[in-house]
Amino acid sequence: MSDSTRAFLDVRDLTVSFPTEGGLVHAVEGVSFSIERGETLAIVGESGSGKSVSAQAIMGLINRKAGHISGEVWLNGQNIVAMSDDDVRKLRGSEMAMIFQDPMSSLHPFYKIGAQLSEAVRVHQKVSKADAKAQAIDMLGRVGIPDPKSRADTYPHQLSGGMRQRVMIAMALINSPSLLIADEPTTALDVTVQAQILELIASLQSEFDTAVVLITHDLGIVADVADDVAVMYGGRLVERANVDDIFYRAQMPYTLGLLSSVPRLDQVTSDRLDPIPGNPPSPINLPPGCVFQPRCSYSHLVGGTTCEMQRPELLQINADHFVRCHLDEAERVRISTEVTHVFHGGQA
Amino acid sequence: MSDQPLLRVTDLKTYFPVKSGGLFRRSLGQVKAVDGVSFDVNAGETLGLVGESGCGKSTTGRSILRLIDPTGGRIELDGVDVTDLSKKELVPFRRTAQMIFQDPYNALNPRHTVGSIISGPFQVQKVDPPGGVRAAVQELMERVGLNPEHYNRYPSEFSGGQRQRIGIARAIALRPKLIVCDEPVSALDVSIQAQIVNLLKDLQEDFGISYLFVAHDLSVVRQISQRVAVMYLGHIVELASRDVLYSRPLHPYTHALLSAIPLPDPDRQKQREQITLNGDLPSPMNPPSGCVFHTRCFRAQDRCKVEIPELVEVAPGHVLACHFPMTDVVIGTRIEGPNSGLVEMPHRDVEAPSEVIADMAEEGLGGPVTADYVGDPDRD
Amino acid sequence: MSAYVVRRVLSMLLLLLLLSLVVFILFSILPTDPARLTCGKACTPEIIEANRHRLGLDLPVMQQYWEFLKGLFVGRTYAANSPDPINCSAPCLGYSFRRREEVLILIKDGLPTTIWLALGAFVFWMVAGISLGVYAAIRRGTWRDKTVMSVSLVGYSLPSFFIGLLAIFFIIIKWNLLPYPSWVPPQENPIGFLQTMILPWIILAILYAAFYMRLTRNQMLEVLGEDYIRTARAKGLPERTVIGKHALRAGLTPIVTAAGLDLAGLLGGAIIIESLFSLPGIGSLAISSVNDSDLPVIVGITLVTATFIIVANLIVDLLYAAIDPRVRLG
Repeated sequence: MSDSTRAFLDVRDLTVSFPTEGGLVHAVEGVSFSIERGETLAIVGESGSGKSVSAQAIMGLINRKAGHISGEVWLNGQNIVAMSDDDVRKLRGSEMAMIFQDPMSSLHPFYKIGAQLSEAVRVHQKVSKADAKAQAIDMLGRVGIPDPKSRADTYPHQLSGGMRQRVMIAMALINSPSLLIADEPTTALDVTVQAQILELIASLQSEFDTAVVLITHDLGIVADVADDVAVMYGGRLVERANVDDIFYRAQMPYTLGLLSSVPRLDQVTSDRLDPIPGNPPSPINLPPGCVFQPRCSYSHLVGGTTCEMQRPELLQINADHFVRCHLDEAERVRISTEVTHVFHGGQA
Repeated sequence: MSDQPLLRVTDLKTYFPVKSGGLFRRSLGQVKAVDGVSFDVNAGETLGLVGESGCGKSTTGRSILRLIDPTGGRIELDGVDVTDLSKKELVPFRRTAQMIFQDPYNALNPRHTVGSIISGPFQVQKVDPPGGVRAAVQELMERVGLNPEHYNRYPSEFSGGQRQRIGIARAIALRPKLIVCDEPVSALDVSIQAQIVNLLKDLQEDFGISYLFVAHDLSVVRQISQRVAVMYLGHIVELASRDVLYSRPLHPYTHALLSAIPLPDPDRQKQREQITLNGDLPSPMNPPSGCVFHTRCFRAQDRCKVEIPELVEVAPGHVLACHFPMTDVVIGTRIEGPNSGLVEMPHRDVEAPSEVIADMAEEGLGGPVTADYVGDPDRD
Repeated sequence: MSAYVVRRVLSMLLLLLLLSLVVFILFSILPTDPARLTCGKACTPEIIEANRHRLGLDLPVMQQYWEFLKGLFVGRTYAANSPDPINCSAPCLGYSFRRREEVLILIKDGLPTTIWLALGAFVFWMVAGISLGVYAAIRRGTWRDKTVMSVSLVGYSLPSFFIGLLAIFFIIIKWNLLPYPSWVPPQENPIGFLQTMILPWIILAILYAAFYMRLTRNQMLEVLGEDYIRTARAKGLPERTVIGKHALRAGLTPIVTAAGLDLAGLLGGAIIIESLFSLPGIGSLAISSVNDSDLPVIVGITLVTATFIIVANLIVDLLYAAIDPRVRLG
């Protein structure tokens, strides 16, 4: 594929592993996805699914001495995995930026927020301190911080959680990056503030034409903001599709299990939820076959020891829908119809 | 079910003192974390207590169990007034009421085996279960879905969901009548949350336990509760049966809270009317006058700034504190037309809260040195 | 802030008062008889008794303490009724009959040496300890980190008198690299001052540097795992800014605390090093007054040292607030 047809962010076969005393931890294995400017891709998964590690690998935030990274991460035609540490650093904060779950611990407690923002300006632009400060104040105003001029002189602990996350967003977007990675940006916030922050990210996204990779465990947020969804489990991408296909036509038993685990705000479909049994696998000791097999309620339909022993491939089932599962298509469609029907209010 | 509720809370108040940093550490006043909260929990039912951080829901739960001493009001459990019991007198009360905590990582002593953690209540209460402690503990472990052979393991050897099961086994060891669940699933992964919610429901069916289920996740609360109370800044603003509260909430805050939560259903989510509240929660040290919600309310009128709305029963079992309730709105339906009352309501830009928080910090509340105000578990 | 300082100073004074009382009582119940020490070889019980009375040592302890306190503010006169009264002007910390000198003057004489010794060593150990600690932290797990940490462990475990003796033996006596130490104030002979002080500084610094290296490394490792360090990297800051600015400042607080107290402790005299290198500082004064059972001097040094530490504590707390804006003094 030539660079002209390559997606704006194109992640191919990304693999990250960390050597530890307990053995090699396969945090991410063979993850591929792509996203264009202006679009939002949600990465969904539980703790240990590898979603945050993938994001940090894209940002070049994983110390290459601590972890092995392979595969390709193409951002605007440049492969980040193959670049030198210093070249990746120059892209961070200018071409790509990141916000994190806990805005309190993610801001330096000892520096005023204005100073933290102007520092981000001055590391990428050759401007005077006064110019940087002016840019900082302007950006604070644009993310909805009232009286930004005097707020620039406050410390993070003097702001509320929602205001801190606005500061983080301002700092991430101050150099107009074309890629924003948001790692659980509202998990630490109250729902009414969450709504404000999601609205803010969406409006800035359309203003700057930013590609947004949103990492979350909250399926409501996914339904609200995502164009495409990547579901991760045990370090692998197990299903990828546009948002409607995920919520109405998902085929991977893990995705379906997630849907039936979620209690709904707008209806009580049944007295009992239908959770996925068992616990997520340890990344040190992954099952040899399908990583989801030990918790899968449908693997007996495949027969033999296929699910236990063979890693399933990522199958393409239509233009943008991929699924990693040994079940044959007819079974997957049948299960999908069954589960999504109940999830969206039908009777079991 | 008898007429008498299992738990009756009347006008509960829990205030935390705030001291100045000056020469003589004057008292600056108090944070009214819980300010006049009343509700009942019936035998065998679950009452959900919801609200945002700092609303006083956790403090309410802890005050009821006397883990924090309330400033005023009355707590009656199983017909006994426990408000003023001494530490010693509280011991038998712990058989009737237990607690499950949010963080399964910190609530268990890492140096104790699972067996000794779960058998803790037997030792404290000097109860000798028939068949011996070990057998009783292993039966409990099996009941909550743990492998009884793991009796001698340590909490660190278990996953988050399993640790929460340990906490639940400890809480039900003495067959209490009431368990206060303080955000019991919010630290867990989605697939594990559902397992724990189901377990709690099963235990309720088997043992007739009542739950006061304190949580911020309204979806989980809907799944488990029969009735739900909504708190804001130390007050209950609305309490109703689950289906009424979720489909026809009358308080603008309840409405905003529900509409702020995105639905895991792209089509419905796109069709929903969303109300975005401006600003953050005001400081509980300096709550707004009149109705505490008026600074963020999209229906607020002048009257709301001066007059405190009474909590009144507007329909059987439905209590509400609001001067201008949302009488004609059904949640989930799109409101159209100029007179619907909702679309037309001007959004008020109130941004006082963060200033107040900055003020609090200046008065020494923010810093670790004078953390006089650490008692309130609701605040972060 | 100013109310805080006033409150702290008041409580400091109270603490010192209490401390002086405890010290006074402790020394008064010691079996040594200060009156016995006031007369030389030709001593008779009569002379001792006379001296005891002359010096007020026959008074009850509390009254002696009161006299001592009064002396601090208005001065005092020993043996007032005798033909040769001894005047000790305010602030009078006591009088050493052994040395025929006011305690305050003895301490004042020793203090410059001790201050120079402490400050010099302080600079050496802070520079070496912090820079090596940071270095070890950013190279965590490598052979460089392990080397630095092992060397620091050796430095930490070697007694300073041992290193001191080795240094004197090889560097001064055997190889003649430096002249034999003899104290001279820097303003009189800067070269001689440096030649005398360089070894004591380094030897004193080795011990402390080892500790600060470990402290800095641990602090840095903890801070480098913080979310805001990840944010700093996500902003695209060069690694040297991340380490040198964001991480170091955040990790500084415990280092400042330890440094303040260690420096204050050293101002009370480095007994071993001062004796080894014949430096006439507070440490030497302390050890010789202990040898002579010169109680007034011991009491004086104890109080002065305690004052240093208490003041250092206050300064450390003020620095804390200057470093960390979340800290509110109150």
